[in-house]
Amino acid sequence: MKKSFVVLLAAFVAVLGFVGCAGKQVVSSKPEKASENNKQMQSRIVILATTTSTRDTGLLDELLPAFEKKYGIIVKPISVGTGEALKMGERGDADVLLVHSRQAEDEFMAKGFGKVRKDVMHNDFVLIGPKNDPAAVKGSSSAAVAFKKIQREEALFVSRGDDSGTHKKELKIWDEAAIKPGGPWYITTGQGMAETIRIANEKQGYTLSDRGTYLVQKNNIDLVVLLEKRGDLLNPYGVIAVNPAKYPKVNYDGAMKFIDFITSEEGQRLIANFGKDKYGQPLFVPDYR
Amino acid sequence: MDLIVEGFKQAIILIITGDELVVEATLRSLETSGLAVAVAILIGIPFGLLLALTRFPGRNIVIGMVNAGMGLPPVVVGLFVAALLWRSGLLGFLGLMYTIPAMIIAQVIIALPLVTGFTVSAIQQLNPELKYQILALGATRSQMLFTLIKEARLTTLAAVMAGFGAIISEVGAVMMVGGNISRQTRVLTTAIVELVGKGDFSRAMALSIILLTLTFAATYTLTHYQQRGTRL
Repeated sequence: MKKSFVVLLAAFVAVLGFVGCAGKQVVSSKPEKASENNKQMQSRIVILATTTSTRDTGLLDELLPAFEKKYGIIVKPISVGTGEALKMGERGDADVLLVHSRQAEDEFMAKGFGKVRKDVMHNDFVLIGPKNDPAAVKGSSSAAVAFKKIQREEALFVSRGDDSGTHKKELKIWDEAAIKPGGPWYITTGQGMAETIRIANEKQGYTLSDRGTYLVQKNNIDLVVLLEKRGDLLNPYGVIAVNPAKYPKVNYDGAMKFIDFITSEEGQRLIANFGKDKYGQPLFVPDYR
Repeated sequence: MDLIVEGFKQAIILIITGDELVVEATLRSLETSGLAVAVAILIGIPFGLLLALTRFPGRNIVIGMVNAGMGLPPVVVGLFVAALLWRSGLLGFLGLMYTIPAMIIAQVIIALPLVTGFTVSAIQQLNPELKYQILALGATRSQMLFTLIKEARLTTLAAVMAGFGAIISEVGAVMMVGGNISRQTRVLTTAIVELVGKGDFSRAMALSIILLTLTFAATYTLTHYQQRGTRL
């Protein structure tokens, strides 16, 4: 019986190993092979740093398989906030960025971190909040006016606080309203849009969301849209190829193929149709002309 | 409450129909954490024996570090491993970031102190005379080590369970170094985080139930053998 222990331990290790290996997919990268092989592998992999909204809406699930099939390139999408995605680009840890903060994108390009930038698509931000609208923001003449009302009433506002594109937009509106938000009525989550909406819903507070993520969460929450479809709530997404002159390791060729695809007729059509069947309206409007 | 009941129903349906995401994430969780715990056993048990049976200067510091390491926050491990493996990092040239090997590296680091620490205490709980008794009976050194491990098997199995349980249920490190990429590095825990983000609670609940069942099954198998070995 004691001997069986060592056998058992070995068997446990072996079974776990085998089960795992059996599940290994052909696409799973095995960079431990020869280094030349490794280099070749790397040129077939594109690291896409993007925002949580493109993942949480399911847009990536629609776009990436089509791209991978067409070009035989594997995309590794890393969904973080726009701020972090741009940082990854600045360090050369990503090849291509799909982000939404025009001002930060322009700075990124001006500093020479990006080689090519193109408009991809847009949707819009919505201000959502409790049904009874305690700060009476519905029908405000601008987003800044609505934010002023929230501050005046000290109604609860839930902020992303994560340097994401949505957070940057929110800060810009506070800026336009000439308010420095703070105090017990203003809380930050430091998390993605979906989590932040759910926290706002539990606490019955206001929050700013991109339309796509809101529509996906709509059935799980009581909050309603109070301000929408306004010029000052536009949310444009851009795609950027990281500059290979700064980081020779960057897969520039793969990045350009991704940009070509997402701005191609096929890519733009996928974006235009995405969400129609599930939400009754498209979540994004293609922008590339 | 509805969510839990609905989750159970969904879980059963998803398992029976062999839902692609469920199968994929389950197999990859087993692969990653299985290999990681295997590596942790292969390094941790010999290392634990060494620490338990030898005396050298600084030994207490090493054991202290191992014990402290048993509570390593996974997300911190993830950050360190990511900092090394990013292209801009020291080991960036290996191109391991966002791959299964990267996740295994992080999980080995989390499991290793658990396996080592449990092994040390398992061996030290044995009667110190036992070592000499075995040698006096004419055993070779490696036979002696095997016999000690067998004698301490109850606690050693606990080491394996603790290590496996810690890493298969861990999300911070694998999310950071694996990136939760579908068909490549998506495991059960990161898939659950993603599904919650997408508002797909019932499938998230289904995956949670599968994860719980898996952890329980692995631990139960080991417990079964562990308890069969008790003589009290």
